[in-house]
Amino acid sequence: MATPLRRDGRDAHPDRDHPAYRSTALRHPRQPLVPLHDPETELARPFLGAGPIAPLDHDLTAQRGGQPLGERIVVTGRVRDGNGAPLAGQLVEVWQANASGRYAQAEDRHDAPLDPNFAGVGRCLTDAAGTYRFVTVKPGPYPWRNHDKAWRPSHIHFSLFGTAFASRLITQMYFPGDPLFPYDPVMQSVTDEAARERMVAAFDLDATVDQWATGYRWDIVLRGPAATVFEDVEG
Amino acid sequence: MAVQELTPAQTVGPFYGFALPYPAGPVVAEGGSLRLRGTVFDGAGEPVPDALVEVLQADVDGRLDGGLFGRCSTAPEGRFAFTTVRPGPTADGCAPHLAVIVHARGLLLHLHTRVYFPGEALNAADPVLAVVPEDRRHTLIAVEEERGFRFDIRLQGEDETVFFDV
Repeated sequence: MATPLRRDGRDAHPDRDHPAYRSTALRHPRQPLVPLHDPETELARPFLGAGPIAPLDHDLTAQRGGQPLGERIVVTGRVRDGNGAPLAGQLVEVWQANASGRYAQAEDRHDAPLDPNFAGVGRCLTDAAGTYRFVTVKPGPYPWRNHDKAWRPSHIHFSLFGTAFASRLITQMYFPGDPLFPYDPVMQSVTDEAARERMVAAFDLDATVDQWATGYRWDIVLRGPAATVFEDVEG
Repeated sequence: MAVQELTPAQTVGPFYGFALPYPAGPVVAEGGSLRLRGTVFDGAGEPVPDALVEVLQADVDGRLDGGLFGRCSTAPEGRFAFTTVRPGPTADGCAPHLAVIVHARGLLLHLHTRVYFPGEALNAADPVLAVVPEDRRHTLIAVEEERGFRFDIRLQGEDETVFFDV
């Protein structure tokens, strides 16, 4: 039997019904969710057969011919479970807009330049201490059509799995001090201030590389295993 | 027990298509002959062209160690399709099923649902189906087609798919 996950703390997540973010209106269920306690399948760990991680997958500034424009940054942090245990060997997938605020995707029609040297996609595995590290450029803010003068604050998308399908997380990392925070209904959908701040990276001198890149630290916490009677017995 | 200060979820957004899908993503099981396809619909009955569907299932013997995983975008018309094998019944007494996660623009936190198979005798004793209100149970049962099974996902509205608090 797979290890059950803790069910507390999940109120940090946004409500799916968040009218200020208009696209939620027709895309959130109206019926109550059916509780599923300790389901074997959802507690299983997916085998991710996406192939081996290539050496440059973590360096978004070195995947094309030349250097992308923008502010070169290092983004690093630790992935832990809700009990504080590091999650080693975790696949971390990231994607982002370029320094001008444009995604390298055809559907993005924002009138800002594409950068031929920037794809905006990265992935890596966490090390034994649960640490991930990416080299990239700081993404620009970009407009969207949610409301008048709607601009998304700069952000990097993150995708993680944790130990189970049930600890899956897709989220966004923000940059400290962004003046767009109060106007962004996506970020503000997280209503608890402390939880919201957990999505904001911190400038970090240790991660900063002299004469080369500024550093940001952002730690991630995924659902942890619930305590079991057996663990208590074994001390 | 320490407080579980979880990192909050945020939407996958509209522009993940250049990042998350990968060529082998829709192949849940190499060489599998079972085709599972469907469409994701919103509350107005319109297809959702920017959803990402992920599945996790047991192998043909019901084993979940190294669970079989698949990922498929619904671009450009709201449709997804997986190639897989029919999972065996799992050890917890569940009838054969796939666990499903739906991500989408406009979904701030992904949704969990399940695919069960029509005409499966074990469905009657499945402990998960048993807690789903009877008049909604059909939303979890795939429809048999000529070439596999169809499982449409309705995020909202009439015949809204049953989603789980996992």
